[in-house]
Amino acid sequence: MENNENRILTGAQILMEILKSEGVDTIFGFPGGAVIDIYDELSKTDIRHILVRHEQGAVHAADGYSRASGRVGVCLVTSGPGATNTVTGIASAYMDSIPVVILTGQVPTHLIGNDAFQEVDIVGITRSCTKHNYLVTKAGDLAGTLKEAFYLARSGRPGPVLVDIPKDIAKTGVQFRMPEESDLKSYRPTYNPNIKQLQKIITLIEESEKPVIFAGGGVILSKGSEELTEFARKTKIPVTTSLMGLGAFPGSDPLWLGMIGMHGTFRANMSVGACDLLIAIGVRFDDRVTGKTDSFAPNAKIVHIDIDPTSIRKNIPVSVPVVGDCKIALDQLNEMIGEANLGNIIKKRRKWFNRINRWKTMKPLSYKQKETIKPQYVIENLFNITKGNAIITTEVGQNQMWAAQYYHFDKPGHFITSGGLGCMGFGLPAAIGAQVARPGELVVDIAGDGSIQMNIQELATAVQYSLPVKVVILNNRYLGMVRQWQELFYDKRYSYTGMDHSPDFVKLAEAYGAVGLRATKPEEVVPVLRKGLNSDKTVIMDFQIEREENVYPMVPAGAPLTEMLLV
Amino acid sequence: MTEEKHVLTMLVDNKPGVLSRVVGLFSGRGFNIESLCVAETVDPLISRITVVTKATESGIEQIEKQLNKLINVIKLRKVSGPKSVQREMALIYVMAKNGQRAEILRIVDIFRGKIIDVGADHFVIEVTGDEEKMSAIINLLKPMGIKKISRTGTIALFR
Repeated sequence: MENNENRILTGAQILMEILKSEGVDTIFGFPGGAVIDIYDELSKTDIRHILVRHEQGAVHAADGYSRASGRVGVCLVTSGPGATNTVTGIASAYMDSIPVVILTGQVPTHLIGNDAFQEVDIVGITRSCTKHNYLVTKAGDLAGTLKEAFYLARSGRPGPVLVDIPKDIAKTGVQFRMPEESDLKSYRPTYNPNIKQLQKIITLIEESEKPVIFAGGGVILSKGSEELTEFARKTKIPVTTSLMGLGAFPGSDPLWLGMIGMHGTFRANMSVGACDLLIAIGVRFDDRVTGKTDSFAPNAKIVHIDIDPTSIRKNIPVSVPVVGDCKIALDQLNEMIGEANLGNIIKKRRKWFNRINRWKTMKPLSYKQKETIKPQYVIENLFNITKGNAIITTEVGQNQMWAAQYYHFDKPGHFITSGGLGCMGFGLPAAIGAQVARPGELVVDIAGDGSIQMNIQELATAVQYSLPVKVVILNNRYLGMVRQWQELFYDKRYSYTGMDHSPDFVKLAEAYGAVGLRATKPEEVVPVLRKGLNSDKTVIMDFQIEREENVYPMVPAGAPLTEMLLV
Repeated sequence: MTEEKHVLTMLVDNKPGVLSRVVGLFSGRGFNIESLCVAETVDPLISRITVVTKATESGIEQIEKQLNKLINVIKLRKVSGPKSVQREMALIYVMAKNGQRAEILRIVDIFRGKIIDVGADHFVIEVTGDEEKMSAIINLLKPMGIKKISRTGTIALFR
């Protein structure tokens, strides 16, 4: 590769060069007039392009690809409606801090601002839901801008970055020189934590009797789950995670408390409510986690390690703030622990562990088996049959919560869900992206009958590229989570949450060229799962479940975390 | 918690859309901008934005952190204390009836302002000063009848 030689290249060719230099071998996209020159150049490269059926699917797929591979996801769409169709996907990646680069076509520069055909101000529209975005106005700026976009997407707190490329820029020839590595004087993330702050943490651990570790998506993004596991085991501190942190700590470890939050486990929420030290790592204290903020961990000193200073002290007061990369901080803590005096720890913890175990036996996650299929039963068997090794994506709502509760994760990179935005329609395209990233592995999208219809068109994508994703539909003919709230808080006034007119999912699957299976009775669940999971094709499994099953525990909105509704 | 007025001064990339990002951050997160002043510095690639906002102590901490997070914000400081100078300019269109004209001229003189327009029944006054001074002259002129006023908002520098 002629790295620093000067050549005349068109904008489209420059884009291909930058993609190559960033190691991009896969992009998800949908062509259109504004990007036809880019697509022309693309066809001359080795880059694998996955054609989706809706641009929202392209962004979710790039998102799922990124979470499954640890790399930057890339998508390419055209101007106008192509660009606006990406906004939901971008907002989801933004809320969950996923590194994705979104390339949008734009009308030629001389037409910008003219209400041209398929023109939108996508930079204006996505300003508040991207980590950063650019409109390229000169062909000479394109290379540097693209390089910077990738750098911003993956560094510091990762996030989606959009680059808007006008059609004439893509066609204009310009002298090309591979840009240097990006260096922005206004952007200097802090990766190395302050040692003095870390020392304070060690002291607090030595003094504490009822500590809890609360880890989140940040640990997974910084690839620090090994360090987290070592830290917890060395200090014998029980661990809970947010939804985004599932898999950061092995669910099979005796120190595991279960997920925290609105639908977290009884023992996780009670432990946080009673603890005297909360070590929060890579979390942002979202309202689904904290419940009523002034009742959150009321007796605890709170330590907060995060790479983004804006997350610290935003919702919850913190005694020891530490700005830094989670993996680096945990690594240093592990080194420092060796020298600390933790001899008394086992004795100190015994009382705390006994209390936690009592909570566990008091109110374990449970459901009642009946003549109808219970969704929890489906997930439990899914977990058993796959031995916990599948990559699980989810849609949003009850399906998402049951997946988080009943499928147990021992490793990161196995649970892919739209946590912050809670975007229905995420799961199927994300599963497609994850399957592309990890072709040999089993990928399962756990969906509801409402959510699956939001991006059902991506079944065509899965079948076109022979991506054997499996979709488990927990079909209750309701918009389940909203119905649950209507039952609990609105006197069962099910205002427009009934979904009686869904398609026959088996016929729909077959219409797309996929395999369709159905279970209507509990004894059919395991055979359908086995048949579906063993197939080498794209499969939809329609499980017709109990219609009015609720997700428990539940912390009602505005209530303290420790006041849960239980069965 | 009580809300207090805060003056923030920041250096930003002089590029299209940067002002929109800064302003969008305030509105998007529910913070109000009382005044805003922006212009190029000596370096044509860098502009200075001065914002006055009202917030609680934790609110202003969050605003500062969020602004610092913006890629185009190079440097940000909260302005306060004796190490800073703050000024604002106002153009005041004040009604000036026969009996009051002399009084208005006296006030302008005391505040070291300038008359930049004279009419049969009005003056336009140009005056600069810190926030206290501006409030004082405006309050003194209000009884005469201020028909129109245009203010720049606070600008500031550290000594």
